[in-house]
Amino acid sequence: MDPLTLSRIQFGLTVSFHFIYPPLSIGLGILLVLMGIQYIRTRDAKWRRLSFFWVKIYGLIFAMGVATGIVQEFAFGTNWPIYSRFVGNVFGSLLAAEGIFAFFLEGGFLGLMLFGGNRLGPRLWLLATFLVALGAHFSAFWIVMANSWMQTPAGYVLQETQFGLQAFMTDFASVVFTPSFIPRILHTFVASWMTGSALVLSVGAWFLLRKRHEELGKSMIRLALPVFVVFSIFQVIFFGARQAENVTIHQPVKLAAMEGIWNDVACAPMTVVGWLDVANQKTYGIQIPCLLSFLAHGDFNATVQGLNSFPREMWPPLQITFQSYHAMVNLGLVFIGIGLLATFFYFWGQRLWTNRLVLSLLVLSVFLAVASSIIGWWVAEFGRQPWIVWGLLRTEEAGSPVLQTHQVLLSNIMFVLVYAILFVLFIYLLNEKIQKGPEPLEEMEERPVQTLPDTFREIFRRRARA
Amino acid sequence: MWLNVVWFILFVFIIAGYLIMDGFDLGVGILHPFVARNDEERRVSLNSIGPVWDGNEVWLVLGGGALFAAFPIVYAALFSGLYLAMMLVLLVLILRTVAIEFRSKRSSPRWRTFWDWVFFGSSLGIALLLGIAFGNILEGLPIDADGFVHARLNDLLTPYALLVGVTTVFMLATHGAIYLSMKASGELLARVKRWVLRLMLIFFVLNTLVVGMTAYLREAVSTRYWSHPWLAILPATALLAATLAWVMVRREHDFIAFLLSSIMIASLLASAAVGLYPNLLISSLDPRYNLTIFNAASQPNTLTVMLVMAFIGMPFVLLYTIGVYYVFRGRVKLEPGGY
Repeated sequence: MDPLTLSRIQFGLTVSFHFIYPPLSIGLGILLVLMGIQYIRTRDAKWRRLSFFWVKIYGLIFAMGVATGIVQEFAFGTNWPIYSRFVGNVFGSLLAAEGIFAFFLEGGFLGLMLFGGNRLGPRLWLLATFLVALGAHFSAFWIVMANSWMQTPAGYVLQETQFGLQAFMTDFASVVFTPSFIPRILHTFVASWMTGSALVLSVGAWFLLRKRHEELGKSMIRLALPVFVVFSIFQVIFFGARQAENVTIHQPVKLAAMEGIWNDVACAPMTVVGWLDVANQKTYGIQIPCLLSFLAHGDFNATVQGLNSFPREMWPPLQITFQSYHAMVNLGLVFIGIGLLATFFYFWGQRLWTNRLVLSLLVLSVFLAVASSIIGWWVAEFGRQPWIVWGLLRTEEAGSPVLQTHQVLLSNIMFVLVYAILFVLFIYLLNEKIQKGPEPLEEMEERPVQTLPDTFREIFRRRARA
Repeated sequence: MWLNVVWFILFVFIIAGYLIMDGFDLGVGILHPFVARNDEERRVSLNSIGPVWDGNEVWLVLGGGALFAAFPIVYAALFSGLYLAMMLVLLVLILRTVAIEFRSKRSSPRWRTFWDWVFFGSSLGIALLLGIAFGNILEGLPIDADGFVHARLNDLLTPYALLVGVTTVFMLATHGAIYLSMKASGELLARVKRWVLRLMLIFFVLNTLVVGMTAYLREAVSTRYWSHPWLAILPATALLAATLAWVMVRREHDFIAFLLSSIMIASLLASAAVGLYPNLLISSLDPRYNLTIFNAASQPNTLTVMLVMAFIGMPFVLLYTIGVYYVFRGRVKLEPGGY
């Protein structure tokens, strides 16, 4: 295989593996903030116990996110230098902004959040947790912004330079708010909140199934279930739908591939599950008539452009784009189903706590949520091919002229081995933490060393004393 | 044009930030298997950097981002040109991140010892590899007219670059030892104290060798010093700071010694940067192919936007940093929630 193909494999593998962790930490961050608020509101010690428990898990997830994320920061330079030169002016500045505005916030306060439980009062600890969660959101904000520029570039001008073609920034506001940015970041945030709440739900349900820490398990489910249900419904009917609408306008060929539409068609059907027969240009499967036209254009009779309206060299890889898209959408529907089922059993005389089937579905939900987050990115990224920057630079032209096959091969083997080992260890440690469950509070607070005032009143009282 | 100069200075500032901030936790990583004799002492060492190392590593990420944005041609040339070396750097960065996090999750002594050595090896690896890379930058890389580096891994392992690598290891180990003197107590502290002075001496000898070799062999870097001798004030500051740091360590003013060690690191880096200016990467093939802060930079538009972002963001960064170090000030006491 040539270095280019190997580089594509490398980026696909490393970024997919990386993407297990950020949605979990973004979503879990929000749940930790909710737990902190609950403790301050009710002063019920169980919330504090849960915070100590989840903070440790957050640390583990975060470490994996950092370890795998740092690879991505440098991957553009190592494997895609032509791309880096082309987009440096625009894309580079968004990555740098992520460093200044997101990572320092996140990395700086992570220490306070992980180790500050005993040193800070509950309000300051909550503040630290909130700032870490905010940092995680900022990080997604900038990185999705950078990726949106690759999907729908704007605010640039192309110029031939000594070092090849380069995109120069003409208008920062247009670079920031490219047409696809807002729908995509909302879609990503909501997916992350669902993933984070699914993690908490899943562990809570596991405790109930195992009849351990049952009260804590119930509290976790009561906290996370509303988040999960509300956002899974909104994700499908609103955020996801808006995203599809956006793709229709700005990347019509991607939509055609996602839905397997070959020729321009009015009243286009939406496929539920299906298979593309690429050779004969046929799409088989269960279809709902006219739904795609409605979703894409808000009109059941609107015409949806088919693949054949575009030159073949602009088609993305069809089968994988089609299948990932449908897997993502169907998982989205599964989440609504699981969420509503659990809610129903909760309100039906609290039968949720004893219904093993529904609890098992809740345990499963986090795995499905992580999978659908990754698959959703596949739709975006496979669907963007053959472009690395939509309409401007093709992926096959963006690689490295100095890279040799054996070098990429070696690094690919290294990544596969290291990531496989790390993943096994991560799951092992995560499982061990979860099986052990929340530790009794006395152990965590054995030696409270509160040295900072926690409220404004305390600050003034201390000052008055001094 | 002034924007390019400002970004060169800012980039050097970020790298100095990385060397000073992450430098001490790398140093503690390099040192801890030698000074910490039992699990409790190891935990003290790790917890001394536990709450802050992650924030410190952000300086490196920021450096990568700033290079990408301000000097994309250099970002593209450097990391693609040093491909396998860069992959090794990534490997040790990954291992280090997980080593400190995984270590204390289980109490088995074998598990802990294993991750301690991984943490040691990866900390050492980062310092050594970045030092070697910096040595190569001072030495010049085979950059062609296309602006790409055409080098193989073993081209990079020159004696000079290796010497810079080893010197970097000792520089950061010393810096880490001084930091640990502020944080440790008891027997661990006594052992660290003995190590600090030894490390300082070794570093001093190695660094003098590097400076001498650079002055006489690396003409591309040293020419400016011969034509503008007053610039020698920068290396002189480094020497003065190192001497004073020695005195302060002996008088047990550890915090002042740490500040002096930081000043020394920053002025050593600045000395090299002044020599390189206006080049970022020197071509060993032909000076016309040098990548400079002018031909390798982004457009003024991007540089301006980035400067505004830096001015908005940096005060916050300083604020968080001070806040976090304030909360975790003082000597380390082991707590159940820690590493």
